[in-house]
Amino acid sequence: MKRKDILGIKDLSKSEVNEILTVANAMRERLDDRERGSELAGKNVATLFYENSTRTRNSFDLAAKNLGASVMGISVAASSVQKGETLVDTGKTLDALKTDAVIIRHPVAGSARLLAETIKASVINAGDGMNEHPSQALLDALTATRYFGGLADKKLVIVGDIRHSRVARSNILLFGMLGASVTVCGPYTLIPDGIAGLGCEVDSDLDSALDGANIVMPLRIQFERMSGAFFPSREEYHEYYGVTQKRLRLCADDHIVMHPGPVNREAEIAGDVADGARSVIEEQVTNGVAVRMAMLKLLLDGGNVR
Amino acid sequence: MILLKNATVVNAGGMQQTDVLIDGETVARIAPNIECFGAEEIDCDGKLVFPGFIDMHCHLREPGQTHKEDIGSGSLAALAGGYTTVCCMPNTDPPTDTAAAVAYIRKRSAECGNADVLPVGCITRGQKGEELAEFGHMKAQGAIAVSDDGLPVGNGAVMLNALKYAKTFGLTVLSHSEDKSISGNGVVNAGENATASGLRGIPKAAESAAVARDVLLAEEAGARLHVCHVSTAESVDIIRQAKKRGVKVTCETCPHYFAATDDEILSYNTNAKINPPLRGERDVDAIIEGIVDGTIDVIATDHAPHHFDEKNKEFDYAPFGTVGLETAFAVAYTRLVLTETVKLSDLCRLMSAAPANILGLTDRGRIEVGARADIVIVDPDAEYTVDTAYFKSKGKNSLFDGWRLNGAVVGAIVKGEKKQL
Repeated sequence: MKRKDILGIKDLSKSEVNEILTVANAMRERLDDRERGSELAGKNVATLFYENSTRTRNSFDLAAKNLGASVMGISVAASSVQKGETLVDTGKTLDALKTDAVIIRHPVAGSARLLAETIKASVINAGDGMNEHPSQALLDALTATRYFGGLADKKLVIVGDIRHSRVARSNILLFGMLGASVTVCGPYTLIPDGIAGLGCEVDSDLDSALDGANIVMPLRIQFERMSGAFFPSREEYHEYYGVTQKRLRLCADDHIVMHPGPVNREAEIAGDVADGARSVIEEQVTNGVAVRMAMLKLLLDGGNVR
Repeated sequence: MILLKNATVVNAGGMQQTDVLIDGETVARIAPNIECFGAEEIDCDGKLVFPGFIDMHCHLREPGQTHKEDIGSGSLAALAGGYTTVCCMPNTDPPTDTAAAVAYIRKRSAECGNADVLPVGCITRGQKGEELAEFGHMKAQGAIAVSDDGLPVGNGAVMLNALKYAKTFGLTVLSHSEDKSISGNGVVNAGENATASGLRGIPKAAESAAVARDVLLAEEAGARLHVCHVSTAESVDIIRQAKKRGVKVTCETCPHYFAATDDEILSYNTNAKINPPLRGERDVDAIIEGIVDGTIDVIATDHAPHHFDEKNKEFDYAPFGTVGLETAFAVAYTRLVLTETVKLSDLCRLMSAAPANILGLTDRGRIEVGARADIVIVDPDAEYTVDTAYFKSKGKNSLFDGWRLNGAVVGAIVKGEKKQL
C-alpha cells in the first residue's frame, strides 16, 4: 500500500479498502490458528490516546505485538494538552524517538490529519472527534463480509446518536463504497444536518427503517454527553429506538446485529439481542485485531503477506 | 504639496481623469493639467486613485495581546492594504471600556503615524453584558462607536438601553449579532460540510435570530444600529426588510463572506475558522445580492490576527479569525469588480464613503476640494499570489494565503503626508 497514513475512509480508494480487507481476512485466520508473526520486528508503534479507550487501544496494542512490533503507550488527558505540550510538539518528539507509526485518538476532528501533516511517522486514526473511526468501520465491514460473503445490495441500518458518531460517518462511507445501502435512524435531534450527502437514507421511524434490513447497528448512547436536550429519558429512547427481539422480526430473515461497544443494555439494545443468536458483537472484537494488524502491516511492511 | 498627475479618481459618485493637488492636510484642487512648481509629483498614469479606505472593523490587539498584533504593526498593515482609517474593536486585554483606554489608543495612533486608528469603545463594562460603559467620556476621548464585538450583549434589556444611551451621544452601536445559546460550542457552519468533517456546527439562526432581535430593538429605540460581519441569507433579508420600514440600520460584510464558502474547512485549515463561520454557496450568493442592491452598506475586514502557534493546533483549540487588512481590496476588486458585479465607484462607496457616513467622519471618504487628503493609489493591472511572508501584520493567519488576486495598493497618503508602504 503506497500511503503514509490511514486517516479516514474518505481518503481511501476502493482498491485500498479491498487490500486491507483481504489482508485482514488472512490475519483473522492466523488469529484463529493462534499464530504470531514477526514481520514488524524492530518497528516501534506508539499509541497516543487523548480520550479514554479500553477496547480500541488494547486491540491496536495486541495487533502490533502479534506482528512483533514494540509498543509504547502514551496516555494524555485532554486537559493537559491545553496547559502543556501541543499535539504538534508531541508529534515531533515521537519522530525523534524513531517511532514508525502513531495510533492517535483525539476528541477534536481533524487532529489525526494535523499530526500526519506534522510528522514523518505513519499515522493511524483511531477516532478523531465526530469525524472518522476507520478501523472500526473496516472491522465492521470485515465481519459483515465474512458473514454474507459480500455486501452488494445488503441493507445496513445504523440506529441512534448519528450526530456525535464517528463510527456512523466511517460506516456510511465504507458500506456505501462496498455496495451496501445505508439508512441512519434516530430522533432528528441526533441526526446531523446534511448527513444524506455522505450517501445514506434518513428515517426517524425505526420500524420502517428496519424493513428488510440485513445488518442492524445500534450505536452506544453516551449518556454522559447527552446534556443538550437531545432526548428526554432512557425509557423513552428505548421505547422508540431500542433494538429489541420484537423489532428484529421486521428485518430480512437473514440478518445480523452489530454494536461498536461498549453496550448499554436496555437502552440502545435489549440484553437478549446483544446475547442473541444474531449478535456478532464478539466476532467484531476478534476481527478488530485482524483489521488493525492488516493496517499496521500494510503501512509498515509494504503489504507483502509473508 | 503633492501633485497626483494623470490620475483616474474614483469617488462613490463616479470617476474622472484628472490631476489632484494636495496642499497641507487637504485636497486643494482637482483639475486636468495642473502645473505647480515645487510640488512633489506622483505619476498616476494607469493607476486608480481612491479616497483612503476606512475599515469599520479590525482587531489591533493592543493593549494586552501584542504577540498577535499591535497598533504599530496593525496600522502599517492597514496602509499596505490601502486603509487610511481603521476602527479597532475593544476586545483588548483589558477591554477598551474607559475614557483612559480610548485615549491610550489615540495616543498610540498619533505616535505611530500610519493609518488613523479610531477606537471603538465597549458597550458594557468588561464586555460582560451587564452595566453600560461610559459612552460620553469615551466619546470625548475619541471613541468613534461602541461595540461588545465577539461577546455580544445577550440580555435584550441591556441591549435596548445601550441603543438608547448611544443615541443620546450620537454614537452608533456596532453589533456582533449572535445568540451564543444557539451557536453553543460550534466551530464551523452547521450543514453538510460540518457533518462530513465531524466538526461541530454553528446554525445560521445563531446569527440571523440575533440580527432580528437587534434590528427590532433598534427600531423600538429609534436608535442607529450597524450590524457587523453579516454572513447569512436570512440576515440580509431581515436587514433589507428593516430598511424598507425605515429602521436606521446599516450593515457590513467581509471579503471572506462573498469570496469563500465553508468548503474551506474540509481540509481543517484553521485559518478558515472564523466567526461568524464561512457559509454555503446560497449564502454567498445572497451576500453578493445584498451588496449589489445596497442592503449591505460596507465591506469591512474583521482583521483578526493571531500568532502562528495559536493557529497551528487542533481545529477546536485554534482561535477564530483571519487577517484581512492587506487583502480586502484585492479580494473585493478581483471577485466583485473584475466579475462586473459592482462598479469601481460602488467599491469606493463600500470601502470608503459609506463607512465615513455611518461613523460621521465628515472630513473623509471622498476626494474633493477641502476634504482631508487621505488617498490610496492602486495598480489595477497587478496580478499576484498572496504570500503572507510579506505581510506587515504580525498575523499571518490569512484565509487568502496562496490565492491569485488582482489589484495592488502602490501608494498611500494620510492627512496630506505620503506614507512608505
